Amino acid sequence: MRRPAIGNLWLTPFAILVVLFLLAPVFVVIPMSFSDSNYLQFPPQVWSLRWYHSYFDAAEWMAATRTSLLAASCTVLLATPIGFLSAFAIRNMRGKAAAVLFGFLLLPQVVPVILLAIGVFFIYIRLRIVDSFLGIVLAHTALAVPFVVTTVSAGLKRFDFSLDQAARSLGASRFRAIFDVMLPQIRLSLFAGAIFAFVTSLDEVVVSLFIAGGDNTVLTRKMFLALRDQVDPTIAAISTLLIVVSVIAVGVFMLAVQRDNRRREENI
Amino acid sequence: MAIAGKSHGVRIWPLAAPGIALVSFVVLPFLWLGGLSFIAGGEISLANYTRMIENSSYQAIILRTLQLSAIVTLVVIVIGYPTAYYINTRSRIAATFLLGCVAIPFWTSLLVRTYAWMVILQRNGIVNGWLQDLGLIERPLRLSNSFLGTSVGMIHIMLPFFIFPLYSAMKQIDMDLVRAARGLGASRTNAFWQIFVPLSGPGLFAGSLLTFVLCLGFYVTPQLLGGGNVTVISMKIQENITNYSDWGAASALGVVLLVIVGVLLFGASRLGARLGAQ
Repeated sequence: MRRPAIGNLWLTPFAILVVLFLLAPVFVVIPMSFSDSNYLQFPPQVWSLRWYHSYFDAAEWMAATRTSLLAASCTVLLATPIGFLSAFAIRNMRGKAAAVLFGFLLLPQVVPVILLAIGVFFIYIRLRIVDSFLGIVLAHTALAVPFVVTTVSAGLKRFDFSLDQAARSLGASRFRAIFDVMLPQIRLSLFAGAIFAFVTSLDEVVVSLFIAGGDNTVLTRKMFLALRDQVDPTIAAISTLLIVVSVIAVGVFMLAVQRDNRRREENI
Repeated sequence: MAIAGKSHGVRIWPLAAPGIALVSFVVLPFLWLGGLSFIAGGEISLANYTRMIENSSYQAIILRTLQLSAIVTLVVIVIGYPTAYYINTRSRIAATFLLGCVAIPFWTSLLVRTYAWMVILQRNGIVNGWLQDLGLIERPLRLSNSFLGTSVGMIHIMLPFFIFPLYSAMKQIDMDLVRAARGLGASRTNAFWQIFVPLSGPGLFAGSLLTFVLCLGFYVTPQLLGGGNVTVISMKIQENITNYSDWGAASALGVVLLVIVGVLLFGASRLGARLGAQ
């Protein structure tokens, strides 16, 4: 048991307040989405599903949702292998080159997103892919790659490369060694990277604002534009669904971690 | 013996080529724009920049962005440090629970959280309702559509980014050192301030820097929670492009933003290297 160095008489209530502050949005948005009122009263006086109806019955919201989910899925399918290959290369590089490449691949996280957005917009105008699905997926994949590189690099750090060498000295091709020996060992990091990639694409707003309009409007862009005009309760319903998607994604990951731990214990 | 499979005969970097290409694809276009910002009327000129110096609204926007980021970072440190410290002193189960509570907002979309704060802070919102019920105020305060509202939203968004790395840094600290100080007669307060806080210094510094740099680039939260009363650099860049198609002005302001971020990160890494060398 770790003992605090200073008295925590005030620390416990303080931490409770901070946790309440952190959870406040979730506690407010979810009940609000089941309100019957046009005005955002809290707590709601009369409960109803009307804002869910106004979401699910609106063709525009549905189209935007489809585009978002499709783009997020494509982003996962592209960013995960690309991020893995990059992390694999970094792990096998010597000295400074590895650090430089790692730093470069993390750039999309450090450079303010508005700069990436106008840069991408600028080049998309020339390539004539503004408002195209391909354009959205390319941009989102680039934004997601840093997350995959980070998580997979962490996984590879723990991977014992002598296993890889053992497999290859026993006659496995490099390809088989990676697929049958390495990937099973780092699958949780890959999974975490894939979830990050999905959520990055699904939640992205600023770049989409410039390049994801017209027929390929994505959900967050439509939400943002709706919110700029007025506080529409339909957004509460959509927000609740987005929270549920995040919770499910993280929950599934936690279950996978747990199952993995159990299997490891059984193997010992 | 080459460790970690470094004996692979072929050059390994081509495996990273798709990643390098994609990242270049989103990062390089802005550098191109940045280059173009030094051209006006077909020749090399600083016109886009002198315009920025002559127009006092640009200076106000840059100062506003720095001020907002500084205030948010400061509050995040004051709130986040004790919280991370508290989590670090709890048992494993309690710590896991608390970290889960920090993770929920972390995984919730930024747009959703900003929206939630719009609802909470609006004129007829929860906070104003409570304050009126308690008789503390007579008329609703302007909490949203303001600098205050923007700050609250950004503090909420940045807290997990600050708490997580700081907590893992604190976890590495050998609490026996603090106990040793106590055993040698230091008061609890002294042991905390003279042993624990300096040991957590690198984590605190890295977390604060990350918070400040990320704050500089915020767009969605000031746009929605500021309600037109807070203009930050990102918003001005967007406005210049969407409303006026003024790529020169937008890119020049973008270069200023990038330089601020770059100088901060570069300075910090130099400082870190120097401290590490000592």
